Amino acid sequence: MRTAFIETLNDLAAKDDRVCLVVGDLGFSVIEGFANKHPDQFVNAGVSEQNMIGLAAGMALSGKIVFTYSIGNFGTLRCLEQIRNDVCYHRANVKVVAVGGGLAYGNLGVTHHASEDVAIMRSLPNMTVVAPGDPVEARLATRAVVALEGPCYLRLGKAGEPIVHAKEPDFEVGSAITIRDGSDITLIASGGMLATTDKVAKSLAGQGLGVRLVSMHTVKPIDRDAVIAAATETRYVFTLEEHSVEGGLGGAVAELMAELETGHAPLKRIGLRPEFNQVVGDQNYLKAMHGLDEESVFKTIQQVITRSYGRVG
Amino acid sequence: MRGNGRASDEDLRALARKLRSHSLRMISLAKTSHIGSCLSVADILAVLYGRIMRIDPKRPTWPDRDRLIMSKGHAAAVTYAAVAEAGFIPEERLSEYAHNGGQLYGHVTHAGVPGVEFSSGSLGHGLPVGAGMALTAKRCGKAWRVFVVMSDGECDEGSNWEAILFAGHHRLDNLVIVIDYNKIQSLDFVDKTLRLEPLADKLRAFGWSAREVDGHSVAELGDALSAVPLEKGKPTAIIAHTVKGKGVSWMEGKVLWHYRPPTPEELVTALAEVEAS
Repeated sequence: MRTAFIETLNDLAAKDDRVCLVVGDLGFSVIEGFANKHPDQFVNAGVSEQNMIGLAAGMALSGKIVFTYSIGNFGTLRCLEQIRNDVCYHRANVKVVAVGGGLAYGNLGVTHHASEDVAIMRSLPNMTVVAPGDPVEARLATRAVVALEGPCYLRLGKAGEPIVHAKEPDFEVGSAITIRDGSDITLIASGGMLATTDKVAKSLAGQGLGVRLVSMHTVKPIDRDAVIAAATETRYVFTLEEHSVEGGLGGAVAELMAELETGHAPLKRIGLRPEFNQVVGDQNYLKAMHGLDEESVFKTIQQVITRSYGRVG
Repeated sequence: MRGNGRASDEDLRALARKLRSHSLRMISLAKTSHIGSCLSVADILAVLYGRIMRIDPKRPTWPDRDRLIMSKGHAAAVTYAAVAEAGFIPEERLSEYAHNGGQLYGHVTHAGVPGVEFSSGSLGHGLPVGAGMALTAKRCGKAWRVFVVMSDGECDEGSNWEAILFAGHHRLDNLVIVIDYNKIQSLDFVDKTLRLEPLADKLRAFGWSAREVDGHSVAELGDALSAVPLEKGKPTAIIAHTVKGKGVSWMEGKVLWHYRPPTPEELVTALAEVEAS
């Protein structure tokens, strides 16, 4: 995803000299091309995230479209108050980009596990939160957020994520993409969980279940219509994210569904347990530990449906 | 357009008296804090708004204006007073200060207040933003400058030192900080809390040009601020030695007046002192 992001940003910067990139001394082998091609649109703020966001806000308030770039928690939590006050309160045109969303930097340690970022960014007024599901969505999201005036959090994975969209879908911030339709259950995925969810959806459909798969690339503002349709047209709603089950995509969908006045399907949130990981593991190892690998997700969904309806399909 | 340098020292002293009187009335009426901080920075704002800055109250978002970021956001009353005296908002609006339903919050707020460039209140935010603005002006070949007014206590914030390092490295000589060095922070004297000295040497070591002035002398402030950048290729720091509560004898140099508002009776004597000064 980060390759799709930087390539797209490179193209955008060539066409529009307002597009700038401010990095917090991270992005080795990613940002060099941008820095070389557009030196006047590039800044390395150094290892100073508070300054990075403040700079970005100052540049944006002077007419620039500024992308900041850092690893998950560093560019969000370390400088949270700068994002809240300097960026969101002033509606500064700053796009906070985090790479390594979720457990992408698995074995680097808990400091590098971005597991609460979506919940926190989502709670800020004026903030749009976008977590693309594959490199295709990452490219489309980068273009879309440049065109969107105001603060945005763009949560990316790392590199090498599988492509889910065989062809380029219509992409609009705030509009979920229905990848397959069905009337039994809905799987709503965001970020890097989209590929896993896509595979699980195919397996469940293979058992005769009508599966709707929705890519909720924009967590805020969430696509209300898509959630309400899932909750009223299908019999069970699942959210899937590489993020804590508290406050992220699952939280956003739960909040919305809890206030529906009419009858609706039950909800199961599938995501990271809200705890610090105790053992070392790479992304796949840790995902499996949290039940986010393909096999575990399949089992979880099958168990929930069997318990509720006595059968699958 | 202001900033033509035609305001005399006497004009600036008169403006500073008005800023002090407004601040005293606003804070006493609203029963809010930070009168001591407003009084210490009044001469600095008078010189910046009255002589130095290229601004146009008819066009608050004029792209080529100089920017002033009031990073010591607790000195809000005096900031609104300065914006009103500069003609950005009508003087009557000062009654909105910390008043239910108004727009002039107790910490510097831009929303609904033309002339206020940036909201502050949490310390250590203004300078990084100012550095981003200054960098943009440089890269776009623009002549406008950025003035960031900071408090001494605010220098405890690490984010400032991140930006000081950055601005020195990037040779942002269109960036100026004025430190209102009134020697008192929230709970105690600066020297008893976290010593800043040698402050000018610290800033010079970070690649800045620094000058210490009497922060209540409009002549010294005016000379220093007219001469920026003090050195080409370096950001400028004006360390303005001030007295907390300046202008009201019984408030001067007292920690108490960081938080206490003057009572209606105290307001009368305070105003008399300021107006007689």
